[in-house]
Amino acid sequence: MNVLHYVNAFFSNDAYWQGYDGIPTRVSEHLGYTLEALALAALIGLPVGLVTGHYGRGGNALSLIATAARALPTFGLLVLMTMLIGFGMLPVMIPLVVLAVPPILVTTYEAMRSVDPSPVDAARGMGMNEAGILLRVELPVALPMILGGLRSAAIQIVSTATIAAYVSLGGLGRYIVDGLYQRDYEKVVGGATLVAALALATLALFWALGRLTVSAGVRRSN
Amino acid sequence: MIRIDSVTKRYPDGTVAVDRLSLEIPDRAITVLVGPSGCGKTTTLRMINRMVEPSEGTISIDGRDTRQQPVNTLRRSMGYVIQNAGLFQHRTIVDNIATVPRLLGWSKDRARARARELMERVGLDASLARRYPYQLSGGQQQRVGVARALASDPPVLLMDEPFSAVDPVVRKGLQDELLRIQDELGKTIVFVTHDIDEAVKLGTMVAVLRTGGRLAQFAPPAELLTNPADAFVEDFLGADRGIRRLSFFSSAGLELLTAPIVAVDASAEQIAARATEDVPYLLVTGLDGRPLGWSEPGALTAGQVDTGRLLPCGRPFAAGRDSLRAALDCAVLSPTGWAVAVDGEGRAAGVVSQAAIGEAIRGAHANDTTGTTGFAGAPDLAAVQKAAR
Amino acid sequence: MNRFFDIPSDLQHSWAGLIGLHLREALLPVLGGLVLALPLAQLCVRLRWLYPPVLWVTTVLYAIPSLAFFVVLIDYTGQTEVTVMIPLTVYTLVVLVPAIVDGVRSVPPETLAAAAAMGFGPVRRYAQVQLPIAVPAIIAGLRVATVSSISLVSVGTLIGNQGALGNLLHDATIYNRPELAWNAVLTMAVLAILADVLLVGVRVLLTPWMPSGTAGRGQGRGRKEAAAR
Repeated sequence: MNVLHYVNAFFSNDAYWQGYDGIPTRVSEHLGYTLEALALAALIGLPVGLVTGHYGRGGNALSLIATAARALPTFGLLVLMTMLIGFGMLPVMIPLVVLAVPPILVTTYEAMRSVDPSPVDAARGMGMNEAGILLRVELPVALPMILGGLRSAAIQIVSTATIAAYVSLGGLGRYIVDGLYQRDYEKVVGGATLVAALALATLALFWALGRLTVSAGVRRSN
Repeated sequence: MIRIDSVTKRYPDGTVAVDRLSLEIPDRAITVLVGPSGCGKTTTLRMINRMVEPSEGTISIDGRDTRQQPVNTLRRSMGYVIQNAGLFQHRTIVDNIATVPRLLGWSKDRARARARELMERVGLDASLARRYPYQLSGGQQQRVGVARALASDPPVLLMDEPFSAVDPVVRKGLQDELLRIQDELGKTIVFVTHDIDEAVKLGTMVAVLRTGGRLAQFAPPAELLTNPADAFVEDFLGADRGIRRLSFFSSAGLELLTAPIVAVDASAEQIAARATEDVPYLLVTGLDGRPLGWSEPGALTAGQVDTGRLLPCGRPFAAGRDSLRAALDCAVLSPTGWAVAVDGEGRAAGVVSQAAIGEAIRGAHANDTTGTTGFAGAPDLAAVQKAAR
Repeated sequence: MNRFFDIPSDLQHSWAGLIGLHLREALLPVLGGLVLALPLAQLCVRLRWLYPPVLWVTTVLYAIPSLAFFVVLIDYTGQTEVTVMIPLTVYTLVVLVPAIVDGVRSVPPETLAAAAAMGFGPVRRYAQVQLPIAVPAIIAGLRVATVSSISLVSVGTLIGNQGALGNLLHDATIYNRPELAWNAVLTMAVLAILADVLLVGVRVLLTPWMPSGTAGRGQGRGRKEAAAR
């Protein structure tokens, strides 16, 4: 019960609604880190996954890379990068991207591999070129799974971006780290609640994105 | 004409899918490639549109080597239909059909108008246009596959076991539809199947391939059934090829007896007059002339014919239009051993015994010793072939 | 390089001691999560309506940052190993439940019908048919859970040095010795990879019926090639 009490106390405290340590500022900082890390991870994971999945080659190399990336401890990487590079955005982005690339890469590859081969064969037989087959035949069918990979990467980033606060950056982790040192549980619980809410909002966003971009023919036949 | 000239396909692991195959595929006709699995029929088909590249030999269309033009230009000039239709599940039916016209740069409106036209041609209701593939039955999806292949009006159609994933009733409907469309459009169709009945029904020419990708025989279906080239072809055709071959002989030469036919309201004298020793049974017809059933003459009482007690006459054959195979089938299935022939309106035209049909078969074979030319017993070959389907 | 394994004395453990501690803090929760996940997943398979709400709850739990989870628990379990292990158990549960449910559901209905027709009761059917067929999915879930558990233990260093190898990270910053951070990151990565390899080995042992190599891969290609013949 006292968790709910803390949540209530946190959100009814006017001090948390304004200024550089206010909820709007921290949420927008957190969103900024999340979007940047997700965009970078997608920029790496999507093209590689799409192309290797289309040609069906390199699956083993891909799963090795994904396993290695997953094995790197995010928090440890953050500390190490900060010691090597110094404080700033880069040492935060590296571990977040390392965290997010494996789910995007592996799901995109698997999604492309799981596309029914017969429409692909038909498309090739009709004289569609490889790029056309990839983008107009395989991608629309693989899209729900690919969005699923992006979604789980996004949720992991939202939750993990809190570590930015450990190296003196902002975001919702600020409340958690500061709360820890100040023994202020109201702050910690409030921060955690905001992160969980942001994760749910991410889920909702991806659901909406799926409704908008996935063809009704694909959605219903799965 | 598509000319396949001593083409070999050898895979890197050393397996030979097609071995020095040569075929001349005639224009505006259906050429069927048939054979057991592993005979290279699909590989052969896929070499025509270069989905598979031949290891040796050449394939040319109207004298032009297929390798002389860009591969996608070549493929866009041919329709391609595959087993499970291979429809794009994320596109509506009309957009599926419009795929190749769009690839060829047609405007969206023109491509869709063309697609709607084709839906009608392949027997799909216009209301299906905005549906997605998952909302259609297997047979309907296959029709969409055929329409999609026809969309840019290509002269050549490649069909790879297009009807083997649907149930027999639907398959028969699709086969009939294909023959009807072919009558209207006259495409050069190369059709792959493992079903010899389908090959015989659809093919103008049939190429039987044996395991290892060698040609066993290339002939019109009637000749195939009459003169199989070797034991492999004979075996592949199956045990009842003699019966199946009867599909190519007309029933027109059969002598139909009208004497054993009485109307349901016949008088006692009429019944007595019809019942001769040669005819142990009488065929009773309704007032409209349609056959109702068989009866022993003694069991008929004038004015009080109990139609419920008649022996069934089964399905009759259409005199002159159906083949000898249909007539024989009727006779074999009839409880009396006599087949009933009907005219175009379904009225009883006469009856014929198994013995008389056997006589006609012997006569037809005698007139058709070569097997290649002249179906002397069949005055109207085209009509018979169509009816046999 | 000789300072690489020179562990500061405030950690009260040798390098090997830290590894042992780390494995205990990371793997016990995975084991606990598995023990809890199996009945919960079976319940979700049985009661279809239960699965969507369970999925929602697990998603929310998964989204709570580990650090926040630790801090909130300090109130109840103090600055101890248990405080680190409870959230890791929850994360394992969150990963495993959907994996097991999907795995068990992926058993073809005709296989279940055949088992029922041969007189398998529900318990026997679960133990001898559904569970073995779901093994690849369960192991896949365990791989993700184990690797992330090994990584997350290190965050425990922030709550009174309960991070095992993660404590090296803390010492690395206060003594400004980057080689300790290297040691922590590399040791954890190697442990994670070894655990992963071990789980793959277990899967191979448990599923002799699966095609060798990577299961399922190449099926589509095989079909394409078969069609080409």
